[in-house]
Amino acid sequence: MKGMQLWFARNSGALFALALFITMFAVYVVKNGVGLRIGLVTAVANKGVLLALVAMGQTLPILTSGLDLSIGMIFVLTNCIASAILSGPPWLVAAGSVAVLLGGVLCGAINGTLVVYGRLQPIIATLATGAVYHGLALIIRPVPGGSIDPTLARAWTSQIFGVIPTTLVILLAVVLLIWVPFQLSTTGRGCYAIGSSESAAYMTGIAVRRSRFAAYMFAGLLAAIGGLLLTAMTLSGDASATSGGIYTLSSIAAVVIGGTSLMGGVGGAVGSIFGAFVLRAIGDLLFVFDIQPLVQPFIQGLILLVAVSLGAIRVLRTPNRLDFLGVGR
Amino acid sequence: MAQPNLSVPFWRMHGISKHYGGVRALENVELTVERGRIHAVLGENGAGKSTLIKIMSGVVRPDSGTMEIEGRPVQFASPADAMRSGVVSIFQELSLVPDLTVAENICAPEPPRRFGLINRRAERRLAEALLSRVHCEDVHPDELVCNLPLSRRQMIEIARALGRSPKLLILDEATSALTATDVERVYAILDRLRTEGLAIVYISHRMREITAFADDCSVFRNGRRVESFPKGSKSGDAIVKLMIGRDYKDVYPVKTVRTPAEAPILEVENLNWGARLAGIDLVVRKGEIVGLGGLDGQGQRELLLALFGVLRGVDAKIKVHGKLKRINSPRDAKHRSVGMALIPEDRKTEGLVVPLSVRDNISLAAVGRFARGGFIRTLAETQAVKDVFRTLSIYAAGIDVAVRTLSGGNQQKVVIAKWLLTDADLFLLNDPTRGIDVGTKQEIYKLLRKLTDLGKGVLLYSTDYAELIGCCDRVVMLYEGRIVRELGENALTEQNILTAAFNVPENQVTVGEAAR
Repeated sequence: MKGMQLWFARNSGALFALALFITMFAVYVVKNGVGLRIGLVTAVANKGVLLALVAMGQTLPILTSGLDLSIGMIFVLTNCIASAILSGPPWLVAAGSVAVLLGGVLCGAINGTLVVYGRLQPIIATLATGAVYHGLALIIRPVPGGSIDPTLARAWTSQIFGVIPTTLVILLAVVLLIWVPFQLSTTGRGCYAIGSSESAAYMTGIAVRRSRFAAYMFAGLLAAIGGLLLTAMTLSGDASATSGGIYTLSSIAAVVIGGTSLMGGVGGAVGSIFGAFVLRAIGDLLFVFDIQPLVQPFIQGLILLVAVSLGAIRVLRTPNRLDFLGVGR
Repeated sequence: MAQPNLSVPFWRMHGISKHYGGVRALENVELTVERGRIHAVLGENGAGKSTLIKIMSGVVRPDSGTMEIEGRPVQFASPADAMRSGVVSIFQELSLVPDLTVAENICAPEPPRRFGLINRRAERRLAEALLSRVHCEDVHPDELVCNLPLSRRQMIEIARALGRSPKLLILDEATSALTATDVERVYAILDRLRTEGLAIVYISHRMREITAFADDCSVFRNGRRVESFPKGSKSGDAIVKLMIGRDYKDVYPVKTVRTPAEAPILEVENLNWGARLAGIDLVVRKGEIVGLGGLDGQGQRELLLALFGVLRGVDAKIKVHGKLKRINSPRDAKHRSVGMALIPEDRKTEGLVVPLSVRDNISLAAVGRFARGGFIRTLAETQAVKDVFRTLSIYAAGIDVAVRTLSGGNQQKVVIAKWLLTDADLFLLNDPTRGIDVGTKQEIYKLLRKLTDLGKGVLLYSTDYAELIGCCDRVVMLYEGRIVRELGENALTEQNILTAAFNVPENQVTVGEAAR
């Protein structure tokens, strides 16, 4: 059927990432030799979900052919805020969680304002705000620590009905309650249109500025959900610049592996989730194959290079050399 | 909604002017469009038609003047604004988003929604309905627009415009890429819309379309509306005269007649590139200006890029000064053994590095000439730059000001200066005078003649037919990527160019009938 064919063509990137992850996970389970235990699945899920959330957030600016270099720092900052305010009776923890999410939204809105109304280049704007967000995190939490209610934290990082990892349920909820509605809104549609051809989008009457602003704002929100979950997992906050930087870069890699074009206009956040799990699975595989820890970063880098190179193959088929210099776009 | 006031025309504009930098695009233009009539806007390339359409549809704002819909003054801040007032445009440069599906494009920017979210099923149904209205049932609504051929995209543009329930529909060369059957369908649709009381503005180079169904005509020339008249009150010949309206004999330098023919600089045999260029044979001799003509987008730009090594997968036998050459990049093309220079179409992105100074831009392509042991000898560089700066009389505060600050005409001179320094033998020019004032145009024509007098060759693509006639020794006409005719000496007339541009068989033509 024609409709199915077109659907497959459109989602080939995400499907490729999913297939890659399933293969890697299968190898991991077999090689590990302990079988498909719930504890193992939960551990894999918990590790992947944090990056998956940040990568989902990164997807939105990239779809508009932008980039958010501050997203890892928003993740770290919201982690620190959460570690400072998530304590006390349940209603206070709930209110604190909402405050943490609003903090992420605010960070994203600042990025959006600078890019859309300040007309700064996304890379520069978010590089600067990223430093600011890290600075704020340091002020809030000069040394790692915090006092989180461990019962709540345990509930978030274990299983529902003793089988399904809670973090996966949270991830699914984020997809269904945030990503799907966003993609089906005129604003989300606008993000795709801007990334594909900003001038055509403008001529079509699409709300270019609102869409781009929303992309950065939702990126902040998704990073904050990640930050909240990180707090529940570690029971503390840590204003680590290294961790923020790694999350930013890994999120970009995950987005690319998940089939979203860095040129914008093509892809989606679901692919980025698979991309994030693929990235995490690389580490696990190296572990079960007994690769020396000191060699692991090197091999991880090589695998990443191969994965992102696959995305460049389409450029080789471009008939006009000017097109891949970005002149034609 | 209030009853439309039928006593005033639907659209009226007064005293509209628009300048780009120092160049006048529109001057004090009046235009009235009535309900239930098709108003044709005619004019040469650069007459101001596109600017007019852009102002009417909210893409650019006029410097001065007023616009009224049904007697009420309006101002458009954006295309979306114009759409809300019922002014819907179909642009020559397609405004479809390439990575969205057909349905998503047709329904943008206001797709059908349920509970605030886009209803994909309704969106697809709406798209299917509109596609069948333009008889494009073969296009799947989930197909990405970038996978469709140009002719289908143009039909999708039309379907989308219909879906926006326009009151004033503007078509800017909307049938240029369509097949004959599709054009007939568009005629039928427009005819029906007219009887439904829509106001329609129609821009086309096809004279037959205009004589066939326009009710009113307005002729534009050099940014002014020259005359408006109802259909049938003027012959095709009279309309063409209004469009041309000037004597260009004095604008162009005298052509040098060379007998016998000089040795060829460039010989191209059977050049093919995908489906866009087919079987091109071409010779450019010493001291010759060869023109590339035809409607915009028939492969002229691609041919220049192919020769200059920009395109991949070009299949051709190319000889330079009688020797077979392989040219795989602009670097190969400008190499001393080939000696080509390309003055590109878009000087801001392909011709210049605008933040850099005039000096840096001029010496950029020839910088190797001034280097010894890898270092640039600034003294020699400065001297050479100053010389060419003076020869071309570039109007700038000096060679160290940023190119960004120069006017369009002077920027174009900088591009030419840059390639003059490379000592090229063959100059490829891609519409070099587009958007440039008349004075600078004239200087460029003189310069081209001067180059050929020095024994160089020039291959000139121009969208301005008068320029081709005035400047070139021979003009090669392209149609759908093929050379359809070569016009030289006495055959080089506006009429022959127009008929060849539309690829009409030679002996069937009168101007009024110049058709597909």
